[in-house]
Amino acid sequence: MLKILTILLSVILVNNCILAQFLGICPFLGVSKKLDSSVGMGVAVTFVMVLATAATWPIQQLLNKYEIGYLQTVVFILVIAALVQLVEMILKKFIPSLHRALGVYLPLITTNCAVLGVTINNIDYSYTYVESLFNALGTGIGFLVAMIIFSGMRQKLEGNKFVPVSFQGVPITLVSASILSLAFMGFSGLVG
Amino acid sequence: MGKKLGILTKGIIKENPVLVLLLGTCPTLATTSSAINGLGMGVAATAVLICSNIVISLLKNIIPDKVRIPCYIVVIAGFVTVVQFVLQAFVPSLYEALGIFIPLIVVNCIILGRAEMFASKNNVLDSALDGIGMGIGFTLALGVMGLIREVIGAGTVFGMAIPWVCDNPFMIIALAPGGFFVYAVMIAAINYFTNGKAIKKKEFGCSGCSMQAVCNQEKCQKEGAEVSC
Repeated sequence: MLKILTILLSVILVNNCILAQFLGICPFLGVSKKLDSSVGMGVAVTFVMVLATAATWPIQQLLNKYEIGYLQTVVFILVIAALVQLVEMILKKFIPSLHRALGVYLPLITTNCAVLGVTINNIDYSYTYVESLFNALGTGIGFLVAMIIFSGMRQKLEGNKFVPVSFQGVPITLVSASILSLAFMGFSGLVG
Repeated sequence: MGKKLGILTKGIIKENPVLVLLLGTCPTLATTSSAINGLGMGVAATAVLICSNIVISLLKNIIPDKVRIPCYIVVIAGFVTVVQFVLQAFVPSLYEALGIFIPLIVVNCIILGRAEMFASKNNVLDSALDGIGMGIGFTLALGVMGLIREVIGAGTVFGMAIPWVCDNPFMIIALAPGGFFVYAVMIAAINYFTNGKAIKKKEFGCSGCSMQAVCNQEKCQKEGAEVSC
């Protein structure tokens, strides 16, 4: 129980997947302009991360059993891609309201490094099945938290006339991300 | 001949994947804490890029259009596994340093993007040249960024200490916030020296996304730059 709590705190605050591990930078910078799209993306990523972990962890045990663990990369990315497609179809058929909210983001998540990253991390840290699921959940929540905070920062930046010409657009976005990352560094040392 | 040279050189400066097209941001930020790591990541990704470009351009008439993205991903993932083995066997220190970012070369936007935008439409020689050019551009950008962060953040050049500077390192530059900051300053410098002409993408958005062709979601098209991969 304590270990699960440690994992959750660690991946949400200390080793935040965007601000400390640099996983999933593309959606972080691309979708964070508006609050509702950041929430949608964050929830969709969390959802897919947990599902992908639930699917890939048993598969890795199977690969290990037949001593073909090196196929990890190939197998994981294919499983994640197939899973995302499947989830999209199921949602479209059975829960259309959820599909309307998350559907746009699902195809983009296939090639999201945060999802593949978390599934590989689970194996590298040799977490148990339950710990892996909580690690995925925590990473997703950390992603969501960073997205929400950052979308607030970007709304303040919008149309700001005081930004130097060369820094307008992408560079000032990255500078704000840097400051946010600096703030999150304050959490280091919270969990051993 | 001039056209071939153009394909080779456009990736280095004019369409530099990292600094102009703004692709592959995750490995750019994560692996440039020192120059040697940045260069190592660049070379590893370049090897995968050249091989996958060649194979995909050879297979472009065989792969059915509807399942092309999964096919590309399998080809790329295969080469990534090869690179992973090579690094583990011959450069274990680099393998340790890059860690999870070696398998993550699979989801690097640059590689899938070049497969989709270039290799699937051009012949083998052009695709190989495009891979080499883009790879050199990626490696150079990562190397320069790694060097800047190493000199300021640790006071060393390729592991060799610089007198005085190494006694007073500005450590934050080598850590996570410094990654974002140095990247921002490099893009701003390119903006400044070219008067904003070089940066085609003013914002991160659909136009540079490697998944643009497959993601024909209406909302994505409508929202334009709002949604990206």
